[in-house]
Amino acid sequence: MTHALHTAQTPTVDQVWAALDTLTDPEIPVVTLREMGILRDVRVTADGSMEVVITPTYSGCPAMEQMEDDVRATLQQLGVNARLVTQLAPAWTTDWMTQAARDKLRAYGIAPPAACGSANMNATGPSSIVVQFASKTVARDVVPCPRCGSHDTTETSHFGSTACKSLYKCLSCMEPFDYFKPY
Amino acid sequence: MAHIDYLLHLADNAVVLGQRNGEWCGHGPILEEDIAMANISLDLIGQARLLYQHVAALKNDGATEDSLAYFRDAHEFRNYTLLELPHHGALVGYAVDNRDYAATIVRNFLYSALMALLWEKLQTSKDAQLAAIAAKSLKEVRYHLRHSQDWLVRFGDGTEESHQRAQAALNHLMPYTQEFWSTSDFETQAAHDGVGVDTRQLKADWDSLVQHALAEATLQLPSTEGFVTTGKQRVHSEHLSFMLNEMQSLARAHPQGVW
Repeated sequence: MTHALHTAQTPTVDQVWAALDTLTDPEIPVVTLREMGILRDVRVTADGSMEVVITPTYSGCPAMEQMEDDVRATLQQLGVNARLVTQLAPAWTTDWMTQAARDKLRAYGIAPPAACGSANMNATGPSSIVVQFASKTVARDVVPCPRCGSHDTTETSHFGSTACKSLYKCLSCMEPFDYFKPY
Repeated sequence: MAHIDYLLHLADNAVVLGQRNGEWCGHGPILEEDIAMANISLDLIGQARLLYQHVAALKNDGATEDSLAYFRDAHEFRNYTLLELPHHGALVGYAVDNRDYAATIVRNFLYSALMALLWEKLQTSKDAQLAAIAAKSLKEVRYHLRHSQDWLVRFGDGTEESHQRAQAALNHLMPYTQEFWSTSDFETQAAHDGVGVDTRQLKADWDSLVQHALAEATLQLPSTEGFVTTGKQRVHSEHLSFMLNEMQSLARAHPQGVW
């Protein structure tokens, strides 16, 4: 099966990185897996074989399998016989997202996540003011509107179209938008 | 083996509540809650998958995540009885009638409050893979707790009817939480080995979390006395086998089926 590949030069780690760097999130096609912090490492092991390390996002995220398939297909196209390693620890966090990814998310209409450990992450604090139907708890982080930049926004729903997002509304421009939740 | 049984207990809890909450998919009281329940179920089933995969790797006897979820029967499951109950009060005889969202929210609150404490402790389990799963699951359960606590307060401190239904759900479900603190051989052994956590250590924090939320919700803490359920020791209520029957039917009808 690998005979044909022996004549070609085995791609270097840099070349594999470059190829994998073109892969985007299936649900958010403007950011790459690397920028999202999902694609963690490409390395050569002691026995000379190559390993690609990914860290899954939400436990039940259905896009993870698509991402794994995309990585495998890209490696196959390159003719690299690399092992795909799924590494849980340290757990993926939105803090790993690069600034480039955050800017792209905002331009795409998704408010990027606040830093983990900020007020919005604290589930056990008291809720106090009734703001609207779907959310009694006041959203404690300011989530600026990705369209007009206004800080006058409100949470419509804790949970949104994918596991990683919640639904917000801008009270200035009145546009609804997704907020990538800190994780 | 206590280690395996402990992991199965955690996995079965997640898959059973994930399946129960998934019953709201397409039937949620409002669109946002329909989406919330689907999201929460997805997290729980994802957690169960990671745990079942870990069990399968440890057993190394041909078991897979699918065989563990779909080809064990009710008497092999180790979930808390609380999690298998249908979404309604004590006296409704069948599973699909009169689902009450108050029961859903109260159960999610009671369980998420426990798991927020338990996953935090399990991050330092001697089982490194379990510790890794705990670190991920903790991030997820905090959102589940925030969601259910939010609605608990909204229902309790809401209209006369929402208050009454939240209180009724609480009165019905609270006695089942005794199982959180009852001891079992596999949990004692797992805690002794540094794999698991003795949940009795968590009770004071859980009590205070619950009391704080109930006070804000203007709900009364009901009695938690009476029969102590034994789901984690594989002796269940009549509801689990009906639920599993539905959950497992597709896999059993097409055992080699792939997407």
